[in-house]
Amino acid sequence: MANFPLFSVLIAVPLLGVALIAVLPRRAEQLAKPIALGTALVVFAGTVAMWFGWRTDGPRFQYTESHTWIPQFGSAFALGADGIAAVMVALVGVLVPIVVLASWHDAESGKHSVRAFFALVLVLESFMLGVFAATDVLVFYVFFEVMLVPMYFLISSYGGPRRQYAAVKFFLYSLVGGLLMLASVVGLYAISSNRLGKGTFSFEALLSLHIDPATQRWLFLGFFIAFAIKAPLIPFHTWLPDASAQAPIGVSVLLVGALDKVGTYGMLRYCLPLFGSAAYDFAPWIIGLSVAGVLYGAILAVGQNDMKRLVAYTSIAHFGFIALGVFAFTAQAGTGAVLYMVNHGLSVGALFLVVGFLISRRNSSLISDFGGMARLMPWIAGVFLIAGLSALSLPGTNSFASEFLILIGAFSAHKAATIVATVGIIFAALFVLWLYQQTMHGPPIPELAAEDSPARRAISDITAREVAVISPLIALIVLLGVYPQPVIDVINPAVDRTLADLHISSGR
Amino acid sequence: MIEALGAHIAVLHSAKSGSVHAPSIDYAALSPILIVLGTACVGIVVEAFSPRRTRRAIQFVLAVAALLTAGAAVVWQAGANLTTAAGAVAIDSAGLFFQGSIIVLGLLAVLLIAEQKLERGGAFAVQPAESVRNSTNTEVFPLTMFALAGMLLFVTANDLLVMFVALEVLSLPLYLLCGLARRRRLLSQEAAMKYFLLGAFASAFFLYGVALLYGYAGTVSLGGIAGAVAHGPSPTLGGHGSQTLLLLGLALLVVGLLFKAGAAPFHSWTPDVYQGAPTPITALMAACTKVAAFGAIARVLYVCFDKASQDWRPILVAVAIVTMATGAILAITQTDIKRLLAYSSIANAGFILTGTVTLSAAGLSATMFYLVAYGFMTLGALGVVMTVRDAGGEANHISRWAGLARRSPAVAGVMTFFMLAFAGIPLTSGFTSKFAVFSAAFSAGSLELVVVGVIASMVLVFPYLRLVVLMYTAEPAADSAVVQLPGGPTRLAIAVGALATLVLGVAPGPLLELASNAAHFVA
Repeated sequence: MANFPLFSVLIAVPLLGVALIAVLPRRAEQLAKPIALGTALVVFAGTVAMWFGWRTDGPRFQYTESHTWIPQFGSAFALGADGIAAVMVALVGVLVPIVVLASWHDAESGKHSVRAFFALVLVLESFMLGVFAATDVLVFYVFFEVMLVPMYFLISSYGGPRRQYAAVKFFLYSLVGGLLMLASVVGLYAISSNRLGKGTFSFEALLSLHIDPATQRWLFLGFFIAFAIKAPLIPFHTWLPDASAQAPIGVSVLLVGALDKVGTYGMLRYCLPLFGSAAYDFAPWIIGLSVAGVLYGAILAVGQNDMKRLVAYTSIAHFGFIALGVFAFTAQAGTGAVLYMVNHGLSVGALFLVVGFLISRRNSSLISDFGGMARLMPWIAGVFLIAGLSALSLPGTNSFASEFLILIGAFSAHKAATIVATVGIIFAALFVLWLYQQTMHGPPIPELAAEDSPARRAISDITAREVAVISPLIALIVLLGVYPQPVIDVINPAVDRTLADLHISSGR
Repeated sequence: MIEALGAHIAVLHSAKSGSVHAPSIDYAALSPILIVLGTACVGIVVEAFSPRRTRRAIQFVLAVAALLTAGAAVVWQAGANLTTAAGAVAIDSAGLFFQGSIIVLGLLAVLLIAEQKLERGGAFAVQPAESVRNSTNTEVFPLTMFALAGMLLFVTANDLLVMFVALEVLSLPLYLLCGLARRRRLLSQEAAMKYFLLGAFASAFFLYGVALLYGYAGTVSLGGIAGAVAHGPSPTLGGHGSQTLLLLGLALLVVGLLFKAGAAPFHSWTPDVYQGAPTPITALMAACTKVAAFGAIARVLYVCFDKASQDWRPILVAVAIVTMATGAILAITQTDIKRLLAYSSIANAGFILTGTVTLSAAGLSATMFYLVAYGFMTLGALGVVMTVRDAGGEANHISRWAGLARRSPAVAGVMTFFMLAFAGIPLTSGFTSKFAVFSAAFSAGSLELVVVGVIASMVLVFPYLRLVVLMYTAEPAADSAVVQLPGGPTRLAIAVGALATLVLGVAPGPLLELASNAAHFVA
């Protein structure tokens, strides 16, 4: 099994699913759903196999493979994962089947085809797996950019009333970032061909370049701005609330839960080891931005009256936390940051999905359209509470361990910033509990007050499909809350290696 | 090279003394040009003698067969590295690569030209559509063949006078072809007139440049001029050797070539001509003329003026920057799809020039790859433009494309793919080619070109994306354009364009390899 090209297969399987969906006859269009679900489950099984085959004491990159691609550019279709990439691949593998199931009826509004929706989700899954599994910088860049296309169409064709504006904003922001990164990728290639005689994109070969600090700064900025737009950090964040509020719920889960993680993942996996000196130079600024993002996202979240926008702003705060962990340059904070990426993917996924349950019952995402719902749907209220507590990092939920690791890891290096960021935790408690209280407790809104009002009769508690959608996430939230060690064991060696590379390339 | 020079002088001398010794000619090496040129002549005979109803089929088959044979001849000549006809024509790997590109892209353009199902009688007419409803125009085929033959000679000309003759052979039929549109004839004729007048100016510039360079070097052969630039003019040729003549001549020569390439500030004809010309001819110009123009530019710069690069390179870098900026910025405000593609072609000329002016082998091979990739893309996109129609012919105003995806998802999908390729999204040839030119420019130290190129790419995303947004989300109006199913040849051309764009994005290795192996000129 050692030579089994696992990641190629994982990337190809969703595309096979797309091919199957494409040849469906028009009257059998609904079959696209089970095909998509089956495909996503196959990928999930593949990631489970990867997980159990992982050797924490093994080499840095595992499941590596390399195929000739564009030798003229020194680029090979090289895949493989270190611990950081492995957990991200696993996250994608977990989230996509859930999203497919959660979006079962989302594409049926009629204007655009059902099968195109599921085909796009699968294409997106394939590209996301590619971006995390790439060990060749050009392959990474290609997947990084091309991910935009399915996401653009998912938002622009299946989103809410302002989907056009949101989708174009998302596309333009991301593409501007991507093109800045292209300039840096080109620069990296040119430097490698000057130094090594022949240009290369192999990540491990590029690590040995020892680029001079002045050049590093420019190359770093190209990569970093692209990642900061994707993650997003302030001041590059304004597209996220629009995009995730307009996207259908399942797509928001993928966007915020997995796709945006490429930003923070890229900072850790590419910016730090390749441009260590520049990373040190810019770290104070970036930590400033991160902390500002923690506070700004939290404060704005409190002021939102739309549940999806609220969750989006909480995510901006969480991305600030993750970036703080990445740029603290300690093993604890780095491990915490990666763990936080996973945990945030799970908890924001759960939160978005529960918000989706609520929206589907009232056809509104405004907080003011809800109130006293806990009496009408106690199960959904319970799930909502767990997801919310996970978002505010209550001990016992998954996020706690990661947030704690980041804070203790960052505190030794950046005391003031860490203390300010801790204030963000209080805000997090504020916005989550406030949201929960407004929607679930208190008196029901007048429309729902009368026992036999039509609005009230339309409301039901959790359905079987919703149980299937949310229970894996809840299980993981609790499981990783009480026993995060197996995940940390996978992440930790990779973070150590990354920080070692950082110190080498920074020359400090 | 010395032999070539000697032969040239011998021809000149023998012309004086009256006894003519014809230079030896390698007919095999010239076979691609001769086949296409011969077919053009045969096509004229067919026009005169074959009955009206079979003429079209004969012309079409003849043109396709000739291009296929010429393509085979190019493959057969692969590896040749020689000059023939007294050094006037250079058949080298770069020249053959350009010839092959022109033939393949020309073949697709001929498929578009042959389209008849969309419009009774095809897109071309000598008289207005109203007066002769069923007339067909079959002269377009021989005219196209003449233009293609001119291009094939243009990229292999090793002598500035031959290059000038080739320039005229390729230009004159194009002027005519531009004015033959069946619909919107005033626009078409205006385009032809404009193209002809400005083209004539550009030819004059070119010729003046040749004269000054002759004064400088005492010869018009590229090798001779290169020798003069490197070591000073040879006394036997009697060149003046003045640096002023060299620089002025070079400047005027390059102006003439940049005009054909559609580079700013010599681009002003492009939008009007692209808009007014019949769409298949727009495709022919955007794909093939671009290859020919850049083939000639590259040959002149690399072979002749390599050693004087410190004098002209900053200026051409500035031209590339201005071209990218002009094309990108003006593309934003366009509301006509063909004008949009015209400004996009200007911006792309800037990107291509970015690769060319590096003067490195990597830059030359990037230029070659870019030209092929861009040719397929633009041919395919213009093929799609042909199919989106209303009662008045093609519906070129982009507001008429609103909601196209609702009615014709497949066509909208293909057009979206081409727009993404123009925007340089990975897994399309647009990305590979941009990467190739930018990395060549970066390696050559031209950071400013990379920076401007990246910014221009960002700006260009907007107009491309706007068309996509319009097709997918705007509600179709009652009088929106509809897609008509085109005939087989057009469908084939669009499919090949799309497939090539995908393949050159996903697996560009073989063509990059071919281009990098072919990236040298015979000295």
